[in-house]
Amino acid sequence: MTTQIKHHLTDALLMGYAAGTLPEGFSLVVATHVSLCDDCRARLAEYEALGGEVMMDAGEAELTDGSLEATLALIAGMPAAAPVRKAARTAGIFPAPLRDYVGGDKDAVRWRRVGGGVRQMVLKTDGASTVRLLHIPAGVAVPDHGHSGTELTLVLQGAFRDETARFGVGDIEVANDDLEHTPVAEPGEDCICLAATDAPLRFNGLLPRIAQRFVGI
Amino acid sequence: MNGTRIGAGMNEEAVSKRAEWVAEIAAIRDHADQAAFAAVFRHFAPRVKAFLMKSGASPDMAEECTQDVMATLWRKAGLFDPAKASVSTWIFTIARNRQIDMIRKQRRPEPEELDWGPEPEPDQDDAIALQQETEQLGAALQALPEKQRILIERAYFGDLSHSEIAEETGLPLGTIKSRIRLALERLRHQMR
Repeated sequence: MTTQIKHHLTDALLMGYAAGTLPEGFSLVVATHVSLCDDCRARLAEYEALGGEVMMDAGEAELTDGSLEATLALIAGMPAAAPVRKAARTAGIFPAPLRDYVGGDKDAVRWRRVGGGVRQMVLKTDGASTVRLLHIPAGVAVPDHGHSGTELTLVLQGAFRDETARFGVGDIEVANDDLEHTPVAEPGEDCICLAATDAPLRFNGLLPRIAQRFVGI
Repeated sequence: MNGTRIGAGMNEEAVSKRAEWVAEIAAIRDHADQAAFAAVFRHFAPRVKAFLMKSGASPDMAEECTQDVMATLWRKAGLFDPAKASVSTWIFTIARNRQIDMIRKQRRPEPEELDWGPEPEPDQDDAIALQQETEQLGAALQALPEKQRILIERAYFGDLSHSEIAEETGLPLGTIKSRIRLALERLRHQMR
């Protein structure tokens, strides 16, 4: 499943996800990529192991009196049924973490137009980041939505190219605000991406500019 | 890689301690063994609580969350696979997830489970080797110069400012490229 993936998560993102310190929207993109990429899954396990050793070195805090007994009482009050492993994906293009946010696969997405034939669905998260699905018709450019900070873009269907490289299914582009790029969906198949930014999006105010941009396409 | 090789400078006592924890989790899973649970609790609960407090939780909140983490450990003992994670790694991931849920009140998107098929009994040699490699990783962390080690710890405590993280995609990662990197790579070979 993962042999085609050429663009992976950075160490900083994997470490942040392992530590649990990323904004929720970034965590969703990381979890979705890891679902598709055995290589990043293995690297994530490394950073979780490092987290375990950091915890082991964190010192020992004094527990309250009766802490063990209170925990045993908590256990006694829990349902007996053992937790079941979640079943792996059987069909569709969205890995489980993304399906949980959308409420289903591609068919369940409630798209809204943002101009130039591009559609999006913003997914509900904590607000420290914005994460959305983008549907870009084959051959069309992704609107420049004026993000600042870091933007993660994960391809789920089709492919796009920009000045730096080609990104196919499972590939992730990690773009900082210093990267000026114009991603264009490859001809042949519409491109669906999951994109997260750590700053609010400004699609609406840019609509005229976006429309203008598409005139030449 | 020979699964049972003892690496240079390996602390055999620490490795056998780790094997003991694996056996205790199995006793919790198979026999609902309260004595085994008490032993795991005594070792890990104070460390989980310290980790949560260093990550910004109040003592009360950290205590409540720690009890929840240890109860979760009991409930999920059947899902622990010593060939894929050491006990310290596993408890860390539980603590992290309960912290995000109970303290930060956020959702934690988790990767899809791999389709492992019916779970075979974990391979003993693999499990022992993984515990050894994790012990090596812990030793490599402790052997770092203090400044570097503290930076890595702060990254896991969520204690690096935005600019610190931005500046150094980052110093903590720079330090990881040394001995930690080597230990991580060995660990990865073992986990594959």
